[in-house]
Amino acid sequence: MFKLILRNSLRHRLRTALTILGMAIAILSFGLLRTVVDAWYAGVEGAAADRLVTRNAISLIFRLPLAYLNKIKAIPGIKRVAYGYWFGGVYIDEKNFFPQFAVELHNYLDIYTEFKIPPEQRQALLKERNACVAGRKLAQRFGWRLGDIITLRGTIFPGNWELVLRAIYEGAEETTDETRFFFHWDYVNETLVKNTPAVANQVGWFISQVEDIERAPLIAGQIDDTFRNSLAETLTESEKAFQMGFVSMTKAIVMAIQVVSYVVIAIILIVLANTMAMTARERQEEHAVLKTLGFQGRHLVALIAGESVAIALMGGIVGLIAIFPAAHYFRTALGNYFRVFTVSDETLLTCLVIALIVGLLSAIFPAWRAARLSIAEGLRRIG
Amino acid sequence: MAPAEAPPILVAIDNLTKSYRRGAQIITVLQHVCLNIRAGEFLALMGPSGSGKTTLLNLIAGIDHPDEGTLRIAGVDISRLSESELAIWRHRNVGFIFQFYNLVPVLTALENVELPLLLSELPRRERRAHAELALQLVGISDRKDHYPRQLSGGQQQRVAIARAIVTDPVIIAADEPTGDLDKVSAQEVLDLLTRLNQELGKTIIMVTHDPRAAERASRLQHLDKGVLNACAVDG
Repeated sequence: MFKLILRNSLRHRLRTALTILGMAIAILSFGLLRTVVDAWYAGVEGAAADRLVTRNAISLIFRLPLAYLNKIKAIPGIKRVAYGYWFGGVYIDEKNFFPQFAVELHNYLDIYTEFKIPPEQRQALLKERNACVAGRKLAQRFGWRLGDIITLRGTIFPGNWELVLRAIYEGAEETTDETRFFFHWDYVNETLVKNTPAVANQVGWFISQVEDIERAPLIAGQIDDTFRNSLAETLTESEKAFQMGFVSMTKAIVMAIQVVSYVVIAIILIVLANTMAMTARERQEEHAVLKTLGFQGRHLVALIAGESVAIALMGGIVGLIAIFPAAHYFRTALGNYFRVFTVSDETLLTCLVIALIVGLLSAIFPAWRAARLSIAEGLRRIG
Repeated sequence: MAPAEAPPILVAIDNLTKSYRRGAQIITVLQHVCLNIRAGEFLALMGPSGSGKTTLLNLIAGIDHPDEGTLRIAGVDISRLSESELAIWRHRNVGFIFQFYNLVPVLTALENVELPLLLSELPRRERRAHAELALQLVGISDRKDHYPRQLSGGQQQRVAIARAIVTDPVIIAADEPTGDLDKVSAQEVLDLLTRLNQELGKTIIMVTHDPRAAERASRLQHLDKGVLNACAVDG
């Protein structure tokens, strides 16, 4: 039976090849779109459960006084606190965008242990007030080496900011973002104190590491209670929820991508269903002959479903093989936008399962017709 | 010397009626047909086109259901069997030979012959051995690895006959087996059917238009407009 299924699926080679190609393209598109969605959520997935983010309750664009630091540190259960803000400078040209943060580096690096820095580089980074650290991929992108001067043109914080690259970090996990850029908050703040004291000594957010994950929601509530009815009330949430807030802003885009990915699958389902219906119709007489020999409806269902699944899986596997070079191309071409673009095992498995489902669904109608085929009716077509 | 005892009745058809619906019209193809066929008989069914001979053959082979009447084969009333029971019964009892051979084009001659055995529980090696034996019987074992497109019409029909006999059926139903063959190939196929009947004792029911083919049969029945020329119960 298996041999017959395989030979049947190769009976019309051009038709089968085109269907396999269509299926491969559909699975490739589906897999890539799913990977885009995964990349969108990469920040959320990378968030640690023991980290809380405290920001201004009104909006992230409003800052918090640095004076909150000691009050947050004093809350029981908090291990470390770091702070910082989004710098948003331009490196040579606006198209060279990458995420830049001015942070209190000492505690920040202790909290974000996934950023691996050699000890001597870390020492040099913490010692020098205008030192900076870049992720491996970011340094690769611009060809930076340790000791290079990197000048950022401030947009939120006007002026040219000269920074010296003293460290390059590597991610502990494959999914760790290696495109970030950090430097000392103090370096920016010193200038602000001199030039625009009204906006000095302020931070965009505090990041707290808690001792006990179980108590994180309780501690978040305690932080917010501490600053209730103050001029700058706070909103503290888990790092995951904080990151999710960013993703939610682009939810419509993510949904559109998801819808498109399923539309692609729906289209190939129709194409394969049509191919199988055509194939089964052409073989109606042959099915009648098989029934004459004693084959039953269930045997014909197995033959048709087997052929449909074989074609769908062949296309699916070709699509999956193609997904790796395609993802590599995406990673290279869109690395500035997607810090992590890795095809997950879950995506690969989903693609295979979808190929299987498409194969089975496509076979339903022709298999049902073949199972119900009257032999006499089928044989009458022969004579 | 006492006369030889007549073989038992294998096919007992009584008052068989079959009609088809074409749109709003009901066309009666067979009307109250009675026929008995003994084991080991070679029966030829003749008649003009549309006389119902193929329909009768299909009913005997269990590939269609009668509207009325009974159809007993080796004691089993096949008109009462369900679709799946009938499929199993057909597999065990009937070998069917078609006018246009109807081999599966993607399978070799040997694989085509092996096809009905896939439904049995025989291991692959035994299936192959049975199929090879059937091909030897019809004299085409040298072409066992050829695909149908690589065989002549006569050779394809031999493979089809091998496929029909591979399960060692009780009845061989042949629907115009020489209808698509040249004179020489037709003679070879008829010789083969005669051998199967005379040497192996197979009961053969053959529908044909060809009087020369009918001559090979031990008995001839004429159908006309769904009525058998004689409804007398044969012996």
